[in-house]
Amino acid sequence: MTVAIAGNPNAGKTTLFNALTGANAKIGNYPGITVERRMGLLELPRAGLVELVDIPGTYSLTARSADEEVAIIELLGRKGFKRPDAAIVVLDATALERNLFLLMQVLEFEVPVIAAINMLDAAHKDCIEIDFESLQEIFQVPFIGVSARKRQGIGELKAALDHLLATGKPPVPERWLWHPPAVLEKDLNLLEPVLKRELDFLETPNRRRAFALWLLMSLRENVELQVAPVILDEARRVLRRIRKAGRDLDREVILKRYEFIDSRSVDYIRRPSEQCRTPSDRIDTVLTHPVWGFLIFMFIMGIIFQALFSWSDPFISLLEQGFGALSRWLEVILPAGFLRALLIDGIIAGVGAVVGFLPQILFLFLFISLLEGTGYLARAAFMIDGVMRRIGLHGQAFVPMLSGLACAVPAILATRTIESRRDRLLTLMVVPLMSCSARLPAYTLIIGAIFPATQQWGFISYGTMILLGIYVLSTVLALVAAGILGKTVFKGKPQPLLLELPPYRLPDLKSLGMTLWERSRVFLSTAGTIILVMTVILWVLLRFPGETPAEITGQMAQAQAAGDATRLEALQNEAQAARLENSYAGQLGTLIEPVIKPLGFDWKIGVGLIGAFAAREVFVSTMGVVYGIGDDGNEESTGLRQAMTDARRPDGRKVWTPLTGVSLMIFFMIAMQCMSTLAVVRSETKSWKWTFFLIAYLTGTAYIASLLVYQGGRLLGLA
Amino acid sequence: MTLDKLQMGTSARLMHIDSSATLRSRLLELGLTPGTDVSIVRVAPMGDPIEVKVRGYRLTLRKKDAALINCQKI
Repeated sequence: MTVAIAGNPNAGKTTLFNALTGANAKIGNYPGITVERRMGLLELPRAGLVELVDIPGTYSLTARSADEEVAIIELLGRKGFKRPDAAIVVLDATALERNLFLLMQVLEFEVPVIAAINMLDAAHKDCIEIDFESLQEIFQVPFIGVSARKRQGIGELKAALDHLLATGKPPVPERWLWHPPAVLEKDLNLLEPVLKRELDFLETPNRRRAFALWLLMSLRENVELQVAPVILDEARRVLRRIRKAGRDLDREVILKRYEFIDSRSVDYIRRPSEQCRTPSDRIDTVLTHPVWGFLIFMFIMGIIFQALFSWSDPFISLLEQGFGALSRWLEVILPAGFLRALLIDGIIAGVGAVVGFLPQILFLFLFISLLEGTGYLARAAFMIDGVMRRIGLHGQAFVPMLSGLACAVPAILATRTIESRRDRLLTLMVVPLMSCSARLPAYTLIIGAIFPATQQWGFISYGTMILLGIYVLSTVLALVAAGILGKTVFKGKPQPLLLELPPYRLPDLKSLGMTLWERSRVFLSTAGTIILVMTVILWVLLRFPGETPAEITGQMAQAQAAGDATRLEALQNEAQAARLENSYAGQLGTLIEPVIKPLGFDWKIGVGLIGAFAAREVFVSTMGVVYGIGDDGNEESTGLRQAMTDARRPDGRKVWTPLTGVSLMIFFMIAMQCMSTLAVVRSETKSWKWTFFLIAYLTGTAYIASLLVYQGGRLLGLA
Repeated sequence: MTLDKLQMGTSARLMHIDSSATLRSRLLELGLTPGTDVSIVRVAPMGDPIEVKVRGYRLTLRKKDAALINCQKI
């Protein structure tokens, strides 16, 4: 048996789902869109094992985008999904009429329904009284009061569901609760023959009427529906006639439904005549206050940033140490050779890179779930939308953008809170511009190689100034990019901001735990596979063919014979550098040298850039190898800095001039280098097109910006 | 008058919405139907968006969109 759970956003649908199913939710995908499909199992005494499907929250079944068509596909069991035997419609007691609107739509399709009224405690605080018997009589389906978070009423809900599934005749109103005007009824009848012929899942006249109406309402929005063209053509013809007659479908449908809901409201709901001030009102007076509200907002964002930037550090180190220990253990038990190198430098390094993101992802989702669950996230968007709107972004884009300063990977996952696909894609495209923490080692190394720490400007060192400038500039760039992309690539109509501010509530701990668990699982399985494959490819590029020149081998033998350990170590580093130069990556670096030369980079930097594609901080260790000081070079190591400062071009000029350094830092600031980011963008957008667009637009801009800086600088005589 | 012109704390009765079809039907589905009472709960610190209370819940919308909603002060 299959049961669907439907309801408005914020109605507590997911909490109820979790309360009913326990921790066994399975996450799947709908083909082609970004919405996830959650399923869970529920055991009922009489009906047996029931599969529960969580339909994404929606205010209406009308599909205004491909994502929104999911609701109807699930409810009718189309496109290979099983048709639900019943649906639980979750209603928010504090906004009952708006929720009843969705219930009416579901009932029109003759789906057997149990209505679960959630948030009763909040409604009581709002002094709202609801008459269940009257509701039951008006809508002709069972109404059960629940508190999903407190796990109240769950038993009654299960019993009602069991009864409905186990007994034959499901409670469905025999006719629609509202009456479409005669003209509209005629239009619906026009579509009846084609629907009867083409769609066998619409067995009854009422179902066909409901589907015809859904088609007309959805087709007004110019969305690509997953319905046979012959039906769409027919429906468009009817719609054209309606338009030509100057009729107003909103009035004939939406207003009629609300007329029914309102006509009976005196029977089922009592609101206090005098508006009683709710606890949420009192909290909001402070939390959205022009002064206090902003301070609290900044404080909360500061905590999130701090958690991503530093609290996650010990956990990341711990994971790194774990993988380090594993590598050392393998080094001991396995003979040196291809397999050992592949395992340690390819696979474990790759898996380690993936798992290393977990602490940040968990921290970010912990905070986002807390903020979302309590209702604060909507307030944060309310407060900051005034600023974000000016650059064409949604108020909800703030948290992902801020998180991007720590790491783009969790930040891109955080764009999930943005409802509209356009706004979400736009945010996703600019998040990688925010200067993430992985760029810091590269900046530090470059600055250290060019500007001695002793150079001061007042009491601030040059390096600090430059670093500060980079952070400011990258943030400005991200905002400018959002402005430009929003007016060009993502032109379309920006989605209006229609954001519900749900009453404040305590978060549901079980749902919190499940979110964290599910997010880690999805990240590890989807992004993890791509990251692992790419690490192995990069490893092959950097290591093969990996021949040491005979000359050096000979000298090494000599040094070994003479017992000169210092000389031997120097030669080993030299051999490593030579192997890298001969590797595919080295050859690639030489190959791309003509392309990057106008930016002031030589082939060694080219190899570093290839390494940086694995992760930006890899640039540092790759440089360590290229400059022959071994791969444990880090951004603070003076040896590497000195080697870079001393490096000369064939013509004797310094490689690392300030101009080259600035050009390279600009490149790092803009270019799309991190494959983990790309893996997440791919798994979140489900689109290679946008993934490649991201690479092309960022790396293209980076190239042009570096080119302008370097060549401009040369013209000014700075080189 | 239009909804964006209302002062904080005042109430009004909704009349018609003139707007592009998408936004209009969205607002109607959210229950902003003619004859419904709304009140302006607060305005965001930067003057936009606004928070309205309608049918027992709170909805945030930008002033630009609120300007398409006609209402009568009560």
